[in-house]
Amino acid sequence: MRHMTLQAAGDGFATLLLDNADESNNLVTEEFIAELLEAAARIAADDSIKGVLLKSAKPSFMAGADLKLMVQGYETQTLESAYALSQRATAMHRAMETSGKCWVALINGLALGGGFELALACHYRILEDTPKAVVGLPEVNVGLLPGSGGTQRLIRIAGVQTGLDLLLSGRAVKAEEALQLGIIDAVAPLEQMDAMARGWLASSPDPVRPWDRKGWALPERRGLIIPEHAVRMTMATGSLYLKGTCNPAPIAILSCIYEGAILPFDKALSIESKYFAQLLTSPVSRNIIRTTFLSKGAAERGARRPQGVPKQDFRKVGVIGAGMMGAGIALVSAQAGCEVILIDRDQVTADKGKAHSQRFADKRIARGAMMPEAAQAMLDRIVPTDDFARLDGCDIIIEAVFEDINIKAETTCKVEAVIPSDTIYGTNTSTLPIGKLAEASARPDQFIGMHFFSPVELMGLVEIIKGERTSPETLAKALDFVALLRKTPIVVNDSRGFYTSRVFQTMIHEGARMLGEGVPAPVIENAARKVGLPIGPLALLDEVTLDLPLKIVDQAIAQDGSAYRLPAGVDVMRKMVAMGRSSRKAGGGFYEYPEGGRKHLWSGLTEHFPPSQDYDADEVGRRLLAIQALETARCLEEGVIETPEDGDLGAIYGWNYPSWTGGTLSYIDTVGIAQFVSDCDALAQKHGERFAPSKWLRDRADNGTNFY
Amino acid sequence: MEAYIFDHVRTPRGKGRPDGALHEVTSVRLVAQLLEALRDRNALDTAYISDVIVGTSQPVGEQGGVLARSAVLEAGYAQSVAGQQVHRFCASGLDAVNLIAAQVHAGIMDAGIGGGVESMSRTPLGLDPGPWTGDPHIAYTNHYAPQGIGADLIATLDGFSRQDVDSFAVESQRRAAQSWQEGRFAGAIVPVKDILGDVLLDHDEHMRPGTTLENLAKLKPAFEGFGKVGFEQVVKEIYPQVEAIDYVHHGGNSSGIVDGSGLVLVGSKAFGERAGLRPRARIRSYASIGSEPTIMLTAPAAVTERALATAGMTVSDIDIFELNEAFASVVLRYMEVLSIPHDRVNVCGGAIAMGHPLGATGAMIMGTVLDELERRGEGTGLISLCAANGLGTATIIERM
Repeated sequence: MRHMTLQAAGDGFATLLLDNADESNNLVTEEFIAELLEAAARIAADDSIKGVLLKSAKPSFMAGADLKLMVQGYETQTLESAYALSQRATAMHRAMETSGKCWVALINGLALGGGFELALACHYRILEDTPKAVVGLPEVNVGLLPGSGGTQRLIRIAGVQTGLDLLLSGRAVKAEEALQLGIIDAVAPLEQMDAMARGWLASSPDPVRPWDRKGWALPERRGLIIPEHAVRMTMATGSLYLKGTCNPAPIAILSCIYEGAILPFDKALSIESKYFAQLLTSPVSRNIIRTTFLSKGAAERGARRPQGVPKQDFRKVGVIGAGMMGAGIALVSAQAGCEVILIDRDQVTADKGKAHSQRFADKRIARGAMMPEAAQAMLDRIVPTDDFARLDGCDIIIEAVFEDINIKAETTCKVEAVIPSDTIYGTNTSTLPIGKLAEASARPDQFIGMHFFSPVELMGLVEIIKGERTSPETLAKALDFVALLRKTPIVVNDSRGFYTSRVFQTMIHEGARMLGEGVPAPVIENAARKVGLPIGPLALLDEVTLDLPLKIVDQAIAQDGSAYRLPAGVDVMRKMVAMGRSSRKAGGGFYEYPEGGRKHLWSGLTEHFPPSQDYDADEVGRRLLAIQALETARCLEEGVIETPEDGDLGAIYGWNYPSWTGGTLSYIDTVGIAQFVSDCDALAQKHGERFAPSKWLRDRADNGTNFY
Repeated sequence: MEAYIFDHVRTPRGKGRPDGALHEVTSVRLVAQLLEALRDRNALDTAYISDVIVGTSQPVGEQGGVLARSAVLEAGYAQSVAGQQVHRFCASGLDAVNLIAAQVHAGIMDAGIGGGVESMSRTPLGLDPGPWTGDPHIAYTNHYAPQGIGADLIATLDGFSRQDVDSFAVESQRRAAQSWQEGRFAGAIVPVKDILGDVLLDHDEHMRPGTTLENLAKLKPAFEGFGKVGFEQVVKEIYPQVEAIDYVHHGGNSSGIVDGSGLVLVGSKAFGERAGLRPRARIRSYASIGSEPTIMLTAPAAVTERALATAGMTVSDIDIFELNEAFASVVLRYMEVLSIPHDRVNVCGGAIAMGHPLGATGAMIMGTVLDELERRGEGTGLISLCAANGLGTATIIERM
């Protein structure tokens, strides 16, 4: 056995120590299953073994299944093989559970997903007494369900209501609540867990689980005969819609609970495996896992970092501009342990920037999420000042002054006059060309775009923009800084709107355009939500303001003149602005915002954009997804982005493209590239040239070249 | 063969609550008392009756187990009289009559009794959930939303305001009160007695005569809570044109929760001659239909058209319409879609005033239509009900 060792002990209580030979965590893999089955068989057959301590040699018990395996699942698994996979893992847990010996799970750190399913298959669970210890079944969040007995053991151990709550939310539970819910039997400090486990095993507990005793059943075995249970199922089903219907996992989990509660245990496990097989072979779980775990993890570990550049340490960070973005960047830099020089034109403005961090810390302290001492230390690291000389010795500069080329150029000169000659200079901008900004720099090779998203402390993405002259060393250092902030980087090339802003624009323009075409506003908004967008394009426009996209358009017209192709929603946007309805901030846009009441669509919309009954709501949703996917493909074609992973990470974390798609390019793969191209051809016929696929994309479709 | 209505009876409707007058009476006894009344007032040899079909919206517990057969025996009918139970939610009582009529039409039965019963106080709502509400897979894929959401959705889509639905409710109360005053239900009502033979109830207990718009304006919308926990989102998946549901329905403009039963005696011409009974109306056609299940309550117009087509008739051939007042918006939409003036619909008031004993209502309102045709000297009437999960049933009768 490579991933575990079985150690006998004089008291008859053997230890099965899990220690994955290849990874830093224990993982459920085919090899792991085979070995655990072997161990369980040996334990069952060995009369000298009276009980088992199941432990991990890793820093935590187990985080779950091998996600790489899950992603490959979609490509390689059939319903039959996925069912069989689930049943093998299920059999592993059954072998432990029915070995005739009691097993105790000693959970150090955390047990999530497959790791917690493993613990649930034990007869007793002890959780380490530490604030970071959690247990949970988060599979729903990646479009899956716990497929090796998790749904069925949880409802039998903790009841249907707790099962609904934990399985549908996927939330992790800390020790105190886990005890209260009965999903953990005891909590103990790490060094006492062994003795506690042996003590419990010595009390001669029954190795037969309740659900394996004759006549035992859940109360819900009677199904809909129980009116309260029926109402609970009805309400649980309705509430699923609050989170949308794009993720197939919640309803599969709910059906598992409902159907499984009625059945004897092994039949219930088989039902769970069948629903698991449906989910594993749907593209949604693959999409979510691939982008939000694998690609994200790889990006954070330096997938795009040029090799051969020594890792850069950052002790002192200069943040220029103490507005909303600068204040946020200062905060996250200080949180990462850096000394921060936060500069603005005068002391008062700089102080205001630091006050943002103070408010943040106060809130965290009030919630008990931060110790006052740590908060003070963090705040002490931020030095607000108007004195550029203080920037001396900075390891990196992040400039976040007003989005104006001249102001930025002036700042660059002032800063470069005082910083060390090897310090890299990151400019935070969402639209200004990096090459243009770099013209003001004496060291354009050390100049790079670093597009943070607002609010900086919450948004995990940083779009790194390489200028034409940006050196690989500079890119590597910028990525090191992003890694220090624990954010997710994507790397793109310089061009108008870079990547994220450019693609995002297509969606809000398409939304505005449809209103002009006569699609009723509620249809636009509801169709957007139905395909998984968190908020409709019209509501989104009210938040970002119409001034922003129109400013981009006006700048482009100024630069390119008639060569510039106007984006789809300009007419509607200009009309709204002309009527004084440019945003929520300006008192109202597509929506009204009554004081104390809920926002609602502006009643004037139907007058100024007469709605027609001739619309296809499903097509509205498809259009919104497709126009963004097309633009992303163009970005890849043009070299604005260099990898599909960057495109998809930017889509999910930059502007909330629906996670079930795995991102814009993953969406094309999911639809099927040939189908996508033909869908776009049809949309182009109906709605205009902007939907016409390029020759490059068409060739890819002809050759069946997927993005992944 | 033709199928004729020879007689019909109904109980008064008791409040469907523990303080309702009929709460102590079991569902089977409600039916048995009506069976006795039908026999006694027609001097009926019950051996002529082939089958008794009783519809119930929740055929579980004391309303389950083919209650009809128990009622037959409890009423002292001949042992040869069969019994059967049908379930099409709120349309059950009308469907039971239609099933008798169909067998008479087909010539395989001479006479039978169809109708329904519901003791909502004793078998409260929620005891017969079924897959459409309770099985997550079915509820999810069928986009189940509670009925009240459907009623408010109709109001939202058709633009019926709170004022519109409340006004309809006030008129229902006015008509019901007037009808009772004028004794229009006298021929049908069989007072319900307790086991000692004392009368428990001889009038519809749920009515609130004199209800005004001002009274109703004080009531809070009843279904917004369902909307907020997710069902409004369910609706938007099917009706993306809805920005927000306008919650206008409440207890005062929705059908009342009551206990009661109604039966209709149907037979062939030959049966009438043998039993010495005069046919009062001919059953011309009947139909059932399914419609979009999320809005749930819009089947009546479609099923009305189906029943009219079967009979070779049009809307203008019908003198009076009776559509169960499940919710005010249901009837408002029906009148709008079929262009029927309000003075031809629910002319004696409806379930908003008098209550809706689910499975019993179909038989009750069929009787109301027949009595009213006789009172007015008019010819044709159409009875219809919306039923849960998008179902609907309609019957056309013609006075002899």
